[in-house]
Amino acid sequence: MKALGLMVVVVVGALLLYAVGDFPAWGDPQSPASQHEISRHFITQSIPETAVPNMVTAVLADYRGYDTMFETVVIFTAGLAIIGILGMARLTDRESLKPMAETRPGDRDMIVINTCRQVIPIMQLFAFYVVAHGHHSPGGGFQGGVILGASFILWAIARDLPTALQGIKPRRIVFLAALGVVIYAGTGVLSLAMDAKLLDYSALHGFLPPAPADAVPNEIMARSHGMLIVEIGVAFTVSAIMFGIYTYLSSMGRLKGGL
Amino acid sequence: MDIFQDIVIARFNYWIYVILMMVGLHAMIVKNNLIKKLIGMSIFQAAIILFFVSVGVKDGATIPIVSHHGHAEESAETWHSVDPGHPDEGAVHDHGHHEINPDRHANPLPHVLMLTAIVVGVATLGVGLAVSQKIYREYGTLEENELLEKLRSNDG
Amino acid sequence: MADHAPAILLIAPLFAAILVSLAGIRRPARRRIPAAPSDEPTIGGKPFESSEFPQFKEDKVCFMLTLAALTVSLVAALTMLGQVIEGGAIRYFVGNWSAPLGIGIELRVDHINALVLVMISTVALLAAFYSHHRVEEETSGRTSQYYTMFLLCAMGLMGMTVTGDAFNLYVLLEVAALSGYALVAMGDKRASVAAFNYIIIGTIGASFYLLGVGYLYIKTGSLNMIGIREIIAEQGLAESKTIQVAFILILVGVFIKMAFFPLYAWLPNAYTHAPSTSACLMAPLVTKVSIYIMVRMMLTVFGPSFAFDAIGWGDAVVLLAAIGIIASSLIALAQTELKKMLCFLVVAEVGYMVGGAWLANHHGMVGAIYHILSDGLMTLCMFLGASILLFKTRQTSISGLVDLYRKMPLTMAAFTLGMLSMIGVPPTCGFFSKYFLIRGGIEAGQWLYVVALLFSSLVNAILFFRIIEKAFFGELPAAETGHGHAAQGHHKDEASVIDEAPLSMVAPLAIAAVGLLFIGLNTREIVTVIEQTLNVLALTGGGG
Repeated sequence: MKALGLMVVVVVGALLLYAVGDFPAWGDPQSPASQHEISRHFITQSIPETAVPNMVTAVLADYRGYDTMFETVVIFTAGLAIIGILGMARLTDRESLKPMAETRPGDRDMIVINTCRQVIPIMQLFAFYVVAHGHHSPGGGFQGGVILGASFILWAIARDLPTALQGIKPRRIVFLAALGVVIYAGTGVLSLAMDAKLLDYSALHGFLPPAPADAVPNEIMARSHGMLIVEIGVAFTVSAIMFGIYTYLSSMGRLKGGL
Repeated sequence: MDIFQDIVIARFNYWIYVILMMVGLHAMIVKNNLIKKLIGMSIFQAAIILFFVSVGVKDGATIPIVSHHGHAEESAETWHSVDPGHPDEGAVHDHGHHEINPDRHANPLPHVLMLTAIVVGVATLGVGLAVSQKIYREYGTLEENELLEKLRSNDG
Repeated sequence: MADHAPAILLIAPLFAAILVSLAGIRRPARRRIPAAPSDEPTIGGKPFESSEFPQFKEDKVCFMLTLAALTVSLVAALTMLGQVIEGGAIRYFVGNWSAPLGIGIELRVDHINALVLVMISTVALLAAFYSHHRVEEETSGRTSQYYTMFLLCAMGLMGMTVTGDAFNLYVLLEVAALSGYALVAMGDKRASVAAFNYIIIGTIGASFYLLGVGYLYIKTGSLNMIGIREIIAEQGLAESKTIQVAFILILVGVFIKMAFFPLYAWLPNAYTHAPSTSACLMAPLVTKVSIYIMVRMMLTVFGPSFAFDAIGWGDAVVLLAAIGIIASSLIALAQTELKKMLCFLVVAEVGYMVGGAWLANHHGMVGAIYHILSDGLMTLCMFLGASILLFKTRQTSISGLVDLYRKMPLTMAAFTLGMLSMIGVPPTCGFFSKYFLIRGGIEAGQWLYVVALLFSSLVNAILFFRIIEKAFFGELPAAETGHGHAAQGHHKDEASVIDEAPLSMVAPLAIAAVGLLFIGLNTREIVTVIEQTLNVLALTGGGG
């Protein structure tokens, strides 16, 4: 087995390196990928067309928003898959709310708990900032959602899992995750309802109050706001599923005890 | 040698990613413990992500975000702030007082693609860990050879 | 509304999946039976504990939502087929970003994928019908999560087929793959090990595909399938090493996903130990969609002239396909378990299609695409029939299928029709696919491939006549008893009373069997539709 593995690795590595001479040098601004009009269009047109300075967010949530929608579905699928594989027959809350039978010494560690008490609200505030400022600085739904989910996990590590689950019950995890996907896909479907293409946020310009003459026109601002809405949806799903994955994996599906 | 300079030094980022990827692939195939296989899978996917991100790099370019605090984007090598009134070659106007030069910003597309790939990698890792926990629950072992022994002895 | 059919096709299962997942959250109104002192969960087979909740209500809701969503998808697919036949390829730019080409994501439906979409939605709908009876028992009560995964898998497969963007295909590939891993892992005890292997090997395949797309991107700068083709043509990149390696990487990744010999090791275990409903959804579809991806890459992204000439490995692939057909047919002969035997036959069928596509001539490609459609239905028919038979006879081996023609006439009639199609008896569709493939093989001079096809038909005949003989003439061995616990309906407590399966299980099987005849009888029309796109893609006829 070891010999076979080594052989496969050498063959595949050789195949991949065979083409290296053909690649553009690292950082070459004249490389085909950089010179292509798609890349140039993203860089130069993201503000005129979407009013969002962060090009990565503009591409992620608007130009290639369809991909991001399915990426949210991937996270949702993974969370539900883990619940389905490890979970017990019904999602109820009582099971997880029974008090821990034995507490290990050190569970009431004052330093850890109080430090977390100070840090977690700041983490969550920062997470909201990252989501909301995805348009102007590095950030967005995924990044903010992960920070938010990490804050819940930190609480679960500091105290214990059932305590954290009292705040976010298992069924609420699935509900939040589903809500996030509904927000995202719902925005897309709203465009469909306006007889525009799927995920065409500019079709939603009717929801905005009429813009003054010299400001950015509503069609473009609708794209910017549409992006914010879907990023919020993504943040919901990501934070809920991150915490859900943690609860199920750390407790082997039993939802009590755990790390 | 010239060829060495050309192929290895100028393109060393590709060599790094291939070596990492082969380390991950080797782990996935050869290792006995299920968790080690999953770690190999994680390394494998991380290498691909590195490859894509390195494709988007441009010499002398800054992040793909247009800063709008009153001064236009700065080149990474020069440390003076560019005068807003200075038109740039091949630049595009936005709001009338910034110019966006495509060569001054890194390519945003690989970053977007890799956000997706990172998420997919995490999701697959999560599902893999859940399945290995289920295996442990049912068979009591995570070593592949012991697992095969148990399966063989159970078959009847 | 009809303009947005490509979007509706996917949105319907997505929303249904969300609603189904929410249906699994219920406020517990009364206390459940207190958990046993040992908190060890029970897995597989036995329900976790009998809930005082009326649990059938949740199952009904999930089932209805699934059926509704898949019906909407089927209608959307049929609408698109009509639109394509009348007006040529549909190009739908999500978010309305159409120019320059490639800044947005394009959904592109031409004749080939319109047909494949109809097949996928039909198979998914029929498998969902079958599932209603079996889900509760097979997944020990995790019905809503199961149906969520079911819908997401079907959505992922359809999304892969409808897209015109190379990276979007990867994302949907992963959606289908992740839900597939979960669908397999929710099975019996051995399913988890099979699922783990599937995860490792499937991730390697998908990552190779992603790497290939990356190599394409680094040289062309575009992710849109048509855009990539245009740039390769304009800049004469067909000689470039990067593009060649990209082609190889993408194809190897797809070969892994379709269980092409010798990369098939994950398939038999995964589909044998998965819950029967998962196997009925995934076995017909996952491999066929991977073959569709291969055809799409060969014809649309790289172009026939590149695919067949640039690397010059067409002969090697056909050789490998022929060896694969022969090897998997032989292994199938040696199997005693019904489902495992069918899995090896699936691997052989994959060999048919890959070999046919790589023959580099018109009939081979038509045969391969036609076989995608016919084999999807054939595999569904086989797996549905096998699942029903194994469910009713309460065991997993071929030798236990005794005396069934008398006891389950409708099931066996439909199953026999499917068996005849696998062997290649006219007028079922199996005959016509073999006709095209053999004709293409002869024209291309690939004699080993033709021999392999004929050998495989012979082996199928042996295998299936063995079953037919057992089911028609066989007798129970004397000591056979033990259909003790009457868990589902119709059993009495006596040993050998087996009667017809419930309608919700037999109806999809019957429809699938009739579908085989329907496709076979309409071969001429279907082939005309396929040829319309092939002519557009300028596939040269004649020898390789």
